Amino acid sequence: MMRLPNFIYRAPRTVREAADFLAAAPDTTMLVAGGTDLLPNMKRRQQTPATLVGLRQIAELKTIANGHGLTIGACATLADLVALLNDPRVRRSYAGLWQAAAQVATPHLRNMGTIGGNICLDTRCNYYDQNYEWRKAIDFCMKKDGQTCWVATSSPKCLAVSSTDTAPALIALGASVTLVSAEGTRTLPVADLYRNDGIHYLTRRPTEIVASIQVPPLEGWRSTYWKLRRRGAFDFPVLSIAAAVKLARDATVEEARIVLGAVASRPMEAPEANRSLVGQPLTDAAIAAASELAAKPSRPMDNTDFGLVWRKRVTRDFVTYALRELRGDDVRGLRRGIARQELLGLQ
Amino acid sequence: MKIIGTPRRRVDARAKVTGQTRFADDIMLPRMLHCKLLRSSVPHARLVRVDTARALAHRGVHLVLTGKDFPVPYGILPVSQDEHALAVDRVRFVGDPVAAVIARDEATAVEALDLIDVEYEPLRTFSNPDDSLAHDEPRIHDYGDGGNIHKAVSLGFGDVEQAFADADLVFEDTFFYQGNTHLPIEQHAAVAAKDPDGKLVLWSSTQTPHYVHRALAKTLDLPAAHIRVIATPNGGGFGGKSDPFNHELVVCKAAWLLDRPVKICLTREEVFYCHRGRHPVLMRFKTGVKRDGTITGVHLKTVLDGGAYGSYGVASTFYTGALQTVTYHIPTYHFQGCRVFTNKPPCGPKRGHGTPQSRFGQEIQLDKIAEKLQLDPAQYRLRIVEQPETLTANYLHVGTIGLSECIRRIVRTSDWTNKFRKLPRGRGVGLACSSYLSGAGLPIYYNDMPHSGVQLKLDRSGGVTAFCGATEIGQGSDDVLVACVAEVLGIDPHDIRPVTGDTDLTPVDLGSYSSRVTLMMGNAAIQAAERARDLLSEAVSRKLEISKDRLVFAERRVFDAEDPAKGVAFKDAVCLAEAMFGTLGTVGSYTPPRSAARYKGGGVGPSPTYSYSAAIVEVEVDPSTGWIQVPRVWIAHDIGRALNPTLVRGQVEGGVYMGLGEALMEEQEFRRLPPRLSRALVHKFPSMLEYKSPTTLDMPEVFTELVENPDPRGPFGAKEVGQGPLLPIMPAVANAVYDAIGVRIDEVPITPEKIVKALQAQAAGKTPRFGPTHFPDVPWPETLNVPPPWEGGDGKATPEAESLRSRPRDSAAVRGERGWGPARIKK
Ligand SMILES: Cc1cc2nc3c(=O)[nH]c(=O)nc-3n(C[C@H](O)[C@H](O)[C@H](O)COP(=O)(O)OP(=O)(O)OC[C@H]3O[C@@H](n4cnc5c(N)ncnc54)[C@H](O)[C@@H]3O)c2cc1C
Repeated sequence: MMRLPNFIYRAPRTVREAADFLAAAPDTTMLVAGGTDLLPNMKRRQQTPATLVGLRQIAELKTIANGHGLTIGACATLADLVALLNDPRVRRSYAGLWQAAAQVATPHLRNMGTIGGNICLDTRCNYYDQNYEWRKAIDFCMKKDGQTCWVATSSPKCLAVSSTDTAPALIALGASVTLVSAEGTRTLPVADLYRNDGIHYLTRRPTEIVASIQVPPLEGWRSTYWKLRRRGAFDFPVLSIAAAVKLARDATVEEARIVLGAVASRPMEAPEANRSLVGQPLTDAAIAAASELAAKPSRPMDNTDFGLVWRKRVTRDFVTYALRELRGDDVRGLRRGIARQELLGLQ
Repeated sequence: MKIIGTPRRRVDARAKVTGQTRFADDIMLPRMLHCKLLRSSVPHARLVRVDTARALAHRGVHLVLTGKDFPVPYGILPVSQDEHALAVDRVRFVGDPVAAVIARDEATAVEALDLIDVEYEPLRTFSNPDDSLAHDEPRIHDYGDGGNIHKAVSLGFGDVEQAFADADLVFEDTFFYQGNTHLPIEQHAAVAAKDPDGKLVLWSSTQTPHYVHRALAKTLDLPAAHIRVIATPNGGGFGGKSDPFNHELVVCKAAWLLDRPVKICLTREEVFYCHRGRHPVLMRFKTGVKRDGTITGVHLKTVLDGGAYGSYGVASTFYTGALQTVTYHIPTYHFQGCRVFTNKPPCGPKRGHGTPQSRFGQEIQLDKIAEKLQLDPAQYRLRIVEQPETLTANYLHVGTIGLSECIRRIVRTSDWTNKFRKLPRGRGVGLACSSYLSGAGLPIYYNDMPHSGVQLKLDRSGGVTAFCGATEIGQGSDDVLVACVAEVLGIDPHDIRPVTGDTDLTPVDLGSYSSRVTLMMGNAAIQAAERARDLLSEAVSRKLEISKDRLVFAERRVFDAEDPAKGVAFKDAVCLAEAMFGTLGTVGSYTPPRSAARYKGGGVGPSPTYSYSAAIVEVEVDPSTGWIQVPRVWIAHDIGRALNPTLVRGQVEGGVYMGLGEALMEEQEFRRLPPRLSRALVHKFPSMLEYKSPTTLDMPEVFTELVENPDPRGPFGAKEVGQGPLLPIMPAVANAVYDAIGVRIDEVPITPEKIVKALQAQAAGKTPRFGPTHFPDVPWPETLNVPPPWEGGDGKATPEAESLRSRPRDSAAVRGERGWGPARIKK
């Protein structure tokens, strides 16, 4: 069995206490929530913090409030979130988030994994997500213990992939995130939490804790999430499309947000595509044009499952599926085929 | 029959579902130490120095072993004794074991691994067969058929060139079958200890305790009688636990030296390095047919990427060419096979051993032939199925054949006629067939002894214990053992205690491989049980004063067939017999019939009888993305007789599952870093997350049909089911993809990306196909000509051919070759 390295474990009861532990040695301390990402990484020595601050005993981080919008504590498990969103009345406004959360990993992992951990998920790469001995055999890589990015040896920056399912959905829904540190609290759009750099992929300061996520009330919005992966469970996304549109009564698009997951080191927004959709209904022609534009920022690299050319190529198809679903097309057959499981459509 | 043929809960089910089965990793012994292996981080190198001083000085470390401690080589085949428990002077792939640390716990052992200093002197890396064929030096091994060729063979059965001249059409196709691995849920684990008598005991998750026993005696230089190997129940094997492994030898040596129990449990990565999985095979099929589809001849060439060691490779090579003739009538046949060494984990036997690759090619080619001749693929196959009870061109004796019935059944249940070439674009069905051995006719090492032995103990408690060396690897062999005995003695299977896979307690059985256990152990069990029944009959007939032939054994009683009320309880029958004969015990054994093949290489392929399967797969393919889905599979399997239909169906469905994994996603793939920057050649993703194998959500509906046509050679008529049903799945998927969208994917795995490429070719007016075209130049040896039976042949090669045959360059290989040559066929 792979063994964890030694570390000190802290189990604070309040966010304040946790922030103090973090502030004491921010460079060698890491937060752990469900541990489903961090602990396997530690076993493979990808991440080797001296101290872990466990967040699971902090009650205030686990609450989910559904009133004016949705406020999700960072330590709410994905299973809890999915359970809440299973209620069709709640789901109506947040379908994309529900579909994203429900497709993370497996039921066991969703029982442990939290939304905070999910949005802070380490970036992934086939050259990096390997055990110590394997990485030694390639003389390590830029992201840990080495110099080179083996994905593209001339790349000055790490190309590891943002693989969180919920972040693209949250960005499409216009969500924001609240960070707490010993110095204070700040709130920023989820989109601003990310950087397109495989190593420094978060703008979160080392002393900050993600405390909660706020999703605004979304009257008149529809949203959806499409995930590409090889199998119906376990697999991280290797391409995902989160899309949300606000439709006028005559079905004209008033606002649109398309976000691509797993095609760069951060979730990628598609502003040109968004603009192209506004002011007209979701016609076939509008969908086709938007799909072309949305596929542009998609830059998959050869460091995940499936080849990059094909992943790039099918980006268009996936954006089309998402927009057709938002228009009201019955795409349940397609979804069943791709998700390989029965996930209810939007209607 | 009461038990045979009735779907039953298997005897080991309770322990398994309640989590009480004790796997190797569950064994905890007092004072036990833990072992970890340091594995090579370079793909090919001379080992200059291994300095263990710092590791040995680390707190909690008890022992560090290196190649110096294991001077004697081993290997599963007598002809390929090319492995050392720890590298002596060479490492041959990333993952090759170099040193071992034995420490108070696993964490300490892991820490100490990093304290071992190894100096490597890099050698040229061979990453694929083309590389290995192009460069003779440096040789990965200093034996084999020259350069980096491990084995090259050429067998001719009749004049194939003439057959092609006589044919109306000749088809030539190149296929590639990617390598993949077994992926058993249980990682290999082993515990060794010196028992109080000073003898060595090894518990290991192995499919072949007998062969491990032999390897231990050889490498540790201990008398075999002082070594006990206990095969713990395997959490799956599929062929991946049939070689003796480095870690087994290491813990034995360590336990012996330290006189403390030593345990090792491999990580998932290490299981990928042990491998012995499916060989990647490039193959070229040339087939001549008459206008009605009759095959005039087949010429098959295969190149196998063997990886770094021999393993079962010589057998695997022959297996790529062995069973084509068993399925369809092929009057002339030329087979050429070549296995090369590369710097990757060694390939070996995975479910279907060497045969799925060429089965894939042959079944796709038949689909192409049928289309060209405008024949329905099902009808076409019915026309060319081999005849039962015949001797094939390569001298394999075929027993019963239920293949035609299999085809008819699935054609009916799948509604084939209304689907084939009739479904809308994007949906399709494909059909393929196969056959497989019910046990290899010859053992791994030459000997005249039985392949399986069963011993029964009966005593006055009425309890029966059945002893057999066979190993329970999840397939249900313990259940088969007790079912055969229970049926003969008329008792309940749960009344019998199976004791299996223990070289001290149980008679030899060669192991759980080659689908041999049910047939061989089953026959041995029946013989032992019949001998026991004879003893009981004798005693009961005397007591009841009726003749023996009127006695019936059923319902835990022995009674008069004409007056069922007259009888005794089984327990009392045992008491009577024990009083009459003394302590009761019987034995049974099984030796396969002598093969008709008497040519060199004819040792691979013979079997007492063959199983047959036919499958129809339905697919849905998205013409834009190439996304592929399998909603339904219909499969029929010629089982001879289903001893326990629940187990048989489990094996069929498991085979379908594994076959779909190979067809759609599984790949043992490697990464070569840019050579100007690095020498690295690593497994692309040795993890269960990134090595893609289907989950339950990806599994289609499976409709299973069992065709029962008892074969007199099998126990109660049974044939194998462990491997055969996997074989038709991969080609059936490929044929279904063609039916759905008109493109041929001539390699596995069949991925959306390959489909898109083929669709692009189709749109551009090019050959609508994805697959290999190139076949490398191989220095084939002189062909060994064996006239087929219908040309008056006697199973031997023609003398001219024998003398003309080019000799392998290495004499050790010739000496070792005995195990596979004509010497093993008794007159
Ligand atoms: C087999 C497998 C499959 C998976 N598949 C998917 C998948 O399909 N999609 C997907 O998105 N994920 C997947 N995951 C990853 C993971 O399970 C989920 O992302 C999960 O939501 C992570 O949450 P966690 O609480 O377990 O995170 P942890 O492992 O506890 O933490 C993850 C990271 O976030 C940081 N962190 C955690 N909480 C906070 C906080 N409150 N503030 C600041 N930083 C924080 C940690 O320091 C760490 O760096 C998979 C994991 C496995 C093992």
